Amino acid sequence: MKNIALLIILMALVTFIPRVLPILLLSRRELPDSFTIWLSYVPVAVLAALLAPELFAPGDTVNFAFEANPAFWVAIPVFTVAYFTRNLFATVLAGMVLLALLRLFLL
Amino acid sequence: MKYQEENGKAVNIIIQSNSTATGQDLKQDQKREALVGLIRAVPIILGYLPIGLAFGVLASTAGLSVYSAAAMSVFVFAGSAQLISVGLISAGASVFAITLTVFLVNLRHLLMSAALAPYLRELKAWQQVLFSYQLTDESFAVHSTYFRKSGTPSFTQLFALNLSAQLAWVTGTVIGAWLGGQLAFNTEVYGIDFALPAMFIALLVMQIEKIRHVYIALLAAALGLCFYLLGFSQLYIILATVIAATCGTLIDKNKSNREIN
Repeated sequence: MKNIALLIILMALVTFIPRVLPILLLSRRELPDSFTIWLSYVPVAVLAALLAPELFAPGDTVNFAFEANPAFWVAIPVFTVAYFTRNLFATVLAGMVLLALLRLFLL
Repeated sequence: MKYQEENGKAVNIIIQSNSTATGQDLKQDQKREALVGLIRAVPIILGYLPIGLAFGVLASTAGLSVYSAAAMSVFVFAGSAQLISVGLISAGASVFAITLTVFLVNLRHLLMSAALAPYLRELKAWQQVLFSYQLTDESFAVHSTYFRKSGTPSFTQLFALNLSAQLAWVTGTVIGAWLGGQLAFNTEVYGIDFALPAMFIALLVMQIEKIRHVYIALLAAALGLCFYLLGFSQLYIILATVIAATCGTLIDKNKSNREIN
């Protein structure tokens, strides 16, 4: 890649613009009620949509086999930990430790 | 005495009206806010160091120097976009094609930025710009959970959190790019590759306040998976989010209409 500097500049621009425009344009005005309600559903929806392929279809195919997709099986206790502790750090740690143990002893 | 507000005027008035408050107190308070931001960033840092490392290794394999990889992490600061770009560089794609792909991948941040906007109205324009520049999936998830529960913290805390996260990302990148080529590195060891999914799980669970959130999350997950498998590999998050959030809004409206009538 010869034009790496140009590429970095362009990538920085097309990353920054979608991040900054809504905050600059929307933060200083009153939004219609239905749009506020719509925005309140964005975080759950975005996170769920982001997670689904990672947990259900690693390698681009749906696979629940223990060996091919241990992340799915680890996710079940991790959801439980998240639900009961409501703690980010505890959940991340539980996920990493569980997957490591699984790989060490069962795979 | 607390100075939760960054608003200079309000702080000045408080200082003038209270002779015991000094510049020293204010400095102390800023330090504490910065420390809180750093502590709140720890789960993100845990996830960013290994992924940044993986990015660095891949970047060096794609032929990028340590400086180029580091520059990308400083100026772009977008995990998935950067990982995709080094894949495309390796495949010999053009600058235009890579830029367009990165743009599509990052469009989801439009939604995240819009969702946070109402909480950031007290910030000055330059603070909003700086905040936006460091807005990632991970910081979005952490901020939106916190804003909803506890309101907007001081800009010092916001910036300390975002900066700590980005420093972890750049540090991981530099170490990875430096190690790259010298040894084969596998992030699957010890389960560190699960740090970010586990974080998203925790943040998703924390966002759930009513049963309708569960339905919308399940709908978004199903749609996301379908669009992903159908080959919308750049747009699946946006499509799923827009449809699911619209369904949630329609259900809300429907319900409140029925309650009125």
